[in-house]
Amino acid sequence: MSSVDINQILKRRNAVSLRASQLPASGIRKFFDLLSSMEGVISLGVGEPDFVTPWHIREAAIYSLEKGYTMYTSNKGMPELRQALSAYLKSHFGLTYNPDTELLITVGVSEALDLATRAILDPEDEVIISDPSYVAYPACITLAGGVPVAVPTQAETGFRLNAASVESNITRHTKAILLGYPANPTGAVMSRSELIQVCQVAQKHNLLVISDEVYSRLVYGVEHTCLASLPDMKERTILLGGFSKAFAMTGWRVGYAAARPDIIEAMTRIHQYTMLCASITGQVAALEALNNGEKEVQQMVLEYDRRRRFMVKGLNSIGLSCPEPQGAFYCFPSIRSTGLSSEDFAEKLLMEEKVAVVPGSAFGSGGEGHVRCCYATSLPDIEEALKRMGRFVKKLNVQKP
Amino acid sequence: MTGKSVAEVEAVIKKAEAEHLIVKYKTTINWQKAGEEQVWALIEVKVAPQRDVGFDAVAERIYRFPQARSVYLMSGTYDLAVLIAGKTMHEVADFVSMKLAPLEGVQGTTTHFLLRRYKDDGEILEGGETLHRQPLIL
Repeated sequence: MSSVDINQILKRRNAVSLRASQLPASGIRKFFDLLSSMEGVISLGVGEPDFVTPWHIREAAIYSLEKGYTMYTSNKGMPELRQALSAYLKSHFGLTYNPDTELLITVGVSEALDLATRAILDPEDEVIISDPSYVAYPACITLAGGVPVAVPTQAETGFRLNAASVESNITRHTKAILLGYPANPTGAVMSRSELIQVCQVAQKHNLLVISDEVYSRLVYGVEHTCLASLPDMKERTILLGGFSKAFAMTGWRVGYAAARPDIIEAMTRIHQYTMLCASITGQVAALEALNNGEKEVQQMVLEYDRRRRFMVKGLNSIGLSCPEPQGAFYCFPSIRSTGLSSEDFAEKLLMEEKVAVVPGSAFGSGGEGHVRCCYATSLPDIEEALKRMGRFVKKLNVQKP
Repeated sequence: MTGKSVAEVEAVIKKAEAEHLIVKYKTTINWQKAGEEQVWALIEVKVAPQRDVGFDAVAERIYRFPQARSVYLMSGTYDLAVLIAGKTMHEVADFVSMKLAPLEGVQGTTTHFLLRRYKDDGEILEGGETLHRQPLIL
């Protein structure tokens, strides 16, 4: 390697591609650095369950390893898992997907989203997303060569996507609408009638819909409507789901896509070159989760619901206005009353009271004025965090002129 | 958190306590960790059933003793399973040989001393799980 000097090469051209360098840096990276050097921090900044995967699921995976299941699986995923998934979608949403041609097992919903955008987008195709929305949505669209078009949603209307606003943002380049409800970071859930209105816009303008429903099982007091189950929507919907949130399986990285055969075929083609298949151990665990994991899902949902109500009440009582989120495990209170930007609020709160929340601006400009607080944390920690936040807000109010 | 008022919840609890639906509130203590030596034994008891009352009369004679912490009627090769707690092995052995075995209707006993508790009342006593997660994830 003596004749090749990497520094010489780097001098001649940029090492990082234009595409990569144009991706926005995560809005919370500096908090990571701060957090890692601090002790005694209560983090409400984690977007994952605080439950360990139920033991029977882990045990099934351990057993499969003992039996030597360590190989690749079919590109589309283990046939048994696709069959179980097909039955699951049928029993929960009344949807019929052919396990051989209409389902694809992916490495988490993240990969499914990447595949979906890459499979349907040509350069300059536009995809409508809500603002604020999950950070990966605009990034995946951009990486696939498309253009994200953010449609603002408001706290007053519960951060639900309005069909008229969607329609007013449609151009001749619009290819799809990307929805993620129940929503990260807002906890918003779209009602059936609101979804139908958005779907009618999609039908009128012949758009595809990517529906990220990874939080579909985490709804409280309302019913989740699977977008693909709405009239005439299965054909134009790419349904994305996963095991991470409902079954507390984030680290296993197993998700899925359900769509019509030509789209699944296109996604599978990309998947086979870039990922080959999801890990077999993860797939075995996912199969066990589908077959025997329902009881734990319901227990976890009950527990999240208790914490949700506790946190909403607490946030409102300390003066951070927080309408009741109906899904996922996030509260998205307004911090406007403090006069701080969401980033300043999050940073000061961390430094002064050692509570970590995520600034709403990390999820798009529509998230400014809010912070995301995750209640997938123990009740005593939530209680202590609220106490500290209350003290923090009170101090800010005293300082105000 | 339950969506009910404090008074409503209190009323439900009071009613359940009165009806003996809630029997007792217990604390599970890890005695090994507390350094408090306790001797526990599981006694298998063979009983000759009696007319009209079956095993109930002998069971009652046994469960009246405060040393008998749990008493169960079992299917299988023996009839009653009795959990005995004492301060020393001798104390437990004495109770079995002097009180339990001589009871009328008791045909035989087998004593198993408990060596280590791994899980009690649904709680894992040692080496529970900790959460390994990043403090911040989008």
